[in-house]
Amino acid sequence: MLQSKSFMKMTRHGRAVKVVREHYLRDDIYCGVQYCKVCDTKDARLGSSESTILVVDTNVILHQIDLLENPAMDDVVVLDVVMEEVKNKNLSVYNRLKALCTSSQRKFFIFYNEYHKDTYVKQMVGETSNDRNDRAIRVATQWYQNHLAGSSRVLLITNDRENKRKAIEEGLSAETVESYVKSLGQPGLLDLVVVSSSEDVNVMEVEETRPSKRKAIYSEHKPMSEITHGLHRGIYHQGKLRVNRYNPFEAYVGSESIGDEIIIYGRSNMNRAFDGDIVAVELLPQDQWHDVKKLSIEDEGKDEEEGVHLVPGSADDAPRGTVPSAVPSETMNSTSCRPSGKVIGIIKRNWQSYCGSLEPMSMPAGDGGVAYALFISKDRRIPKIRIQTRQLGNLLNKRIIVAVDSWDCLSRYPSGHYVRTIGNIGDKKTEDEVILIENDINSRPFSMQVLACLPPLPWNLSPEDLMNPNRVDLRHVRVFSVDPPGCTDIDDALHCTSLSNGNFEVGVHIADVTNFVHPETPLDKEASQRGTSVYLVDRRIDMLPKPLTEDICSLRSDVERLAFSVIWEITPQAEITSTRYTKSVIKSCAALSYVEAQARMDDSRLMDPLTTDLRNLNSLAKIMRQRRIERGALTLASAEVKFQIDTETHDPLDIGIYQIREANQMIEEFMLAANISVAEKILKHFPLCSLLRRHPSPTKDMLEPLLRITASIGLDLDVSSSKALADSLDHAVGEDPYFNKLIRILATRCMTQAVYFCSGDLSPQEFHHYGLAAPLYTHFTSPIRRYADVIVHRLLAAALGISKLPPVFLDRNQLTSVSDNLNYRHRNAQMASRASVELNTVIYFRKRPTDTEARIVKIRANGFIVFVPKFGIEGPVYLVKRGEKSDWLVDEANQRVTKAGSGVNYRVLQAVKIHMEVVEHQPNRPKLELTLI
Amino acid sequence: MEYVKLSGFRLDGRRPTEMRHIHAEVGAVANADGSASFEMGNTKVIAAVYGPKEVENKGQQIGNKALVRCEYSMANFSTGDRARRPKGDRRSTELSLVIRQTMEACILTHLMPRSQIDIYVQVLQADGGTRSACINAATLALADAGIPMCDLVTSCAAGYLNSTPLLDLNYLEDSAGGPDVTVGLLSKLDKVTLLQMDAKLPLDIFENVMQLAIEGCKAIANLIRQVLLENTKKLEYLRGT
Ligand SMILES: [Zn+2]
Repeated sequence: MLQSKSFMKMTRHGRAVKVVREHYLRDDIYCGVQYCKVCDTKDARLGSSESTILVVDTNVILHQIDLLENPAMDDVVVLDVVMEEVKNKNLSVYNRLKALCTSSQRKFFIFYNEYHKDTYVKQMVGETSNDRNDRAIRVATQWYQNHLAGSSRVLLITNDRENKRKAIEEGLSAETVESYVKSLGQPGLLDLVVVSSSEDVNVMEVEETRPSKRKAIYSEHKPMSEITHGLHRGIYHQGKLRVNRYNPFEAYVGSESIGDEIIIYGRSNMNRAFDGDIVAVELLPQDQWHDVKKLSIEDEGKDEEEGVHLVPGSADDAPRGTVPSAVPSETMNSTSCRPSGKVIGIIKRNWQSYCGSLEPMSMPAGDGGVAYALFISKDRRIPKIRIQTRQLGNLLNKRIIVAVDSWDCLSRYPSGHYVRTIGNIGDKKTEDEVILIENDINSRPFSMQVLACLPPLPWNLSPEDLMNPNRVDLRHVRVFSVDPPGCTDIDDALHCTSLSNGNFEVGVHIADVTNFVHPETPLDKEASQRGTSVYLVDRRIDMLPKPLTEDICSLRSDVERLAFSVIWEITPQAEITSTRYTKSVIKSCAALSYVEAQARMDDSRLMDPLTTDLRNLNSLAKIMRQRRIERGALTLASAEVKFQIDTETHDPLDIGIYQIREANQMIEEFMLAANISVAEKILKHFPLCSLLRRHPSPTKDMLEPLLRITASIGLDLDVSSSKALADSLDHAVGEDPYFNKLIRILATRCMTQAVYFCSGDLSPQEFHHYGLAAPLYTHFTSPIRRYADVIVHRLLAAALGISKLPPVFLDRNQLTSVSDNLNYRHRNAQMASRASVELNTVIYFRKRPTDTEARIVKIRANGFIVFVPKFGIEGPVYLVKRGEKSDWLVDEANQRVTKAGSGVNYRVLQAVKIHMEVVEHQPNRPKLELTLI
Repeated sequence: MEYVKLSGFRLDGRRPTEMRHIHAEVGAVANADGSASFEMGNTKVIAAVYGPKEVENKGQQIGNKALVRCEYSMANFSTGDRARRPKGDRRSTELSLVIRQTMEACILTHLMPRSQIDIYVQVLQADGGTRSACINAATLALADAGIPMCDLVTSCAAGYLNSTPLLDLNYLEDSAGGPDVTVGLLSKLDKVTLLQMDAKLPLDIFENVMQLAIEGCKAIANLIRQVLLENTKKLEYLRGT
């Protein structure tokens, strides 16, 4: 408690309305140097006596944050005034800086110079706030120099010439970033230094390597004032630019002012905007809307080539819009008539660091000098980035991370700088790492603070848990779990008991994760950030630390575990007559795999109680499933691939489609039922702050590709409702036994994915889950690996009066941002899994060229896209070599491609024989190629 | 917005559990029976007490105890925008009532039947925490007037921003829209006589925030006691005893 003894009081004046604010200056702010004799060194983290203490200015942090993140840069004093300036200018850099300052591995110290009685600086009359802040930085540096009085060197790092000059005049040591890094003698570090042309360091050197006469490739961005004015008058439109994942020359800007998406074709219309930038767009004249598109396709489309990839699981994975093809203009569909525009200015940049590799190039003469290289991001939406490096030979075969610094209108490519190396291209560990970075997945070990939240191990059921009046003891009930083989994070178990009235009591027991993960703890925050566990082919990145995931929460057999249960009474006709929810204690008697469960049910000799339970559940599940399908739930098909992995080399040994058994469907059915029951309960109690999951109905536009294919083969699909579509899918049978499955796969990829949302944000009609034909749905059954389920557990516990609602639920904005994050993480986790499967597919086929059967799913000008059912992949087959003139004609209406002058033709859905082989056109860039036999 | 920085400093340089600079003085209005001024940072309040005296309106007279009246007002120049403030708006009516009830709880009204005590409180400068400052000023003024009280009632507020309980919010922190708990405390008796909050807060956090406000009240009580003691010494000296 303070009694304002040692304080002086000062007031600041300013603005039109006079605002008087107190500003307390104190004498209890310490320097943070560990060996300081004067200060309290409790929180000190700076250096030993030999080190140099660095004071950095705002621009150094804003531009050189990648350098600062390198462990070679330490003993850095971050002044409060610098923190504030960084916060106002770039929030993402600010967050990275904050992480540096709080990391126990790094020696970054925040010195609150603004509150220190000796370093506070008052703005002088006529002094700009920039100058005042620069002066404050110098005063603080001076203070450090006097305070440490020769025991270590204090160095001001600034690239501002004026500031540096003044500092030296005042008797301080000051250096530019580059000269300081050079003095460290680590050439690799120099690559991290951003050389910006506005800072006049070495500009000459950079200029010389550029062609002397250059013309502008892109048009100038309009000044901000003009943009603001244009936005007000409705000439320009503002929105976030999203680049098509499968065609980087096409981007969309969702504009509120015209209520539609504006399409931007081609790099010159995108005018240096990156994916995620907030841009200002000007519409092109309507008569140009078609031409630009064709132009951009001819201009740049051939530059890029599509690779073999996994079969899309939903519309979000599939290429959007039309892929370059010679579509005759009279059949142009409605999408091409959408407004198209060009970017005239960038309001907010979304530059990040990107993961990829350098474009193969020959080593320039005079090795060791500075070389320019082009960086190609793994993310195809990102253009090539020009970087400067002194270690080209080192980097050529590496996966590296590069950050963007600038893009002026004279350069075709943006310029950036090297950040760090991940590893060798093609190395499995490196490529896994790339997948994780690409999808923004945190795979770092859990921090000490997070691990400190775990209960002491080994965990055992305590008497208090049993005494808890809210917890029912169900240890005597025959509970069991059914999961994929080798599953260690078991979050669900079931029981099924026959009642005397002929009904069944069925219970779904879910791991009671919220008993261990308490709101607002570091553990909870970490889980909330991670959002979901991520499954790669041979690796799992957990949402919760291992002791929880595999032991304390996992409902393994023969151990007592805490659970959250949904218990129904169900008639033999599978009608639910009552539902109850309770926390419980269970002791599972068996952890079965799907195969085991299936085998038990199929073996008619087995009559043990467990098998009987399984059979009862299965017959109930079949009725429930049938009823769900009658309501219009879609039984969509996806081709999930399963690898068998060599335990030594971690290379895939075998590959095949994951087989779905009745046992899988049985478990799925009860999980769906539990999720629906919980959704009803929580929404009833918390109509405004429940977390639910919805699946929007597909629009006619989205189903267009499917309809075009079915029309060409004379099949009529009714897409007016989910029920109608489900029925017509059922009736879609041809002579080909695989035909129906193929149509379902094609239908699946037209749908968008289901998403989480906060019930207060939408109206009840929008809660609908299209795929399941359920008016309400949520996720309750996998709290070990999905954070959404953790939230739902808390909602359910609060609805039952077991615990109170954590504060996050009171703030709808916060809840909405939590659900947005969950959707983002969920999506990324899926993308990572897919990328991992694709990676392993390439590794598998590297040693095993294979001939197999495939189906044509899309016709193109130079060939077609095939789907390979056996391996769940699809990719292009070229009829014409690149660069050659095509003599094939596309018949859009019949979805057929015919060789001119001959009868040879291929049409959609036709079966073809193909050869699959991994080739390396460029060293270290293996690619799976499909060719027609 | 960040109201608490990384290592715990607030925007004005205080730590979360630190109060603003406090300055209190008795005898600000010469012709009142008792008066005081109270400053918490940039919040300045003046209080004047008249009485106990004969009840002006005989209809309001209470047979067995004193009638306490309170009038709260805010100077037009007390905030940055210098708006004209109508008298008797809802906020000042509510505040008058709160102050009256809080003071009534500590004045030994049964010792002064059929009499009247008037308390006037005016805010000269507002920068958050005016409610608390008014009560503290009134307490001092009552003590200065020599009105018998069972204990000194003091008041302090605490809030909750950026997941941190903060003592004595200033205007900037107050306008963040977070919860703001005002506590009035009889410090010697350790009894809470006023508790106000107009926001939702989970119970465990609320208890922490309230406890912080109570600590604040105790600190203010110590300070007020000191001021009164010094004032008494000064009077003693003037009398020449
Ligand atoms: Zn020191």
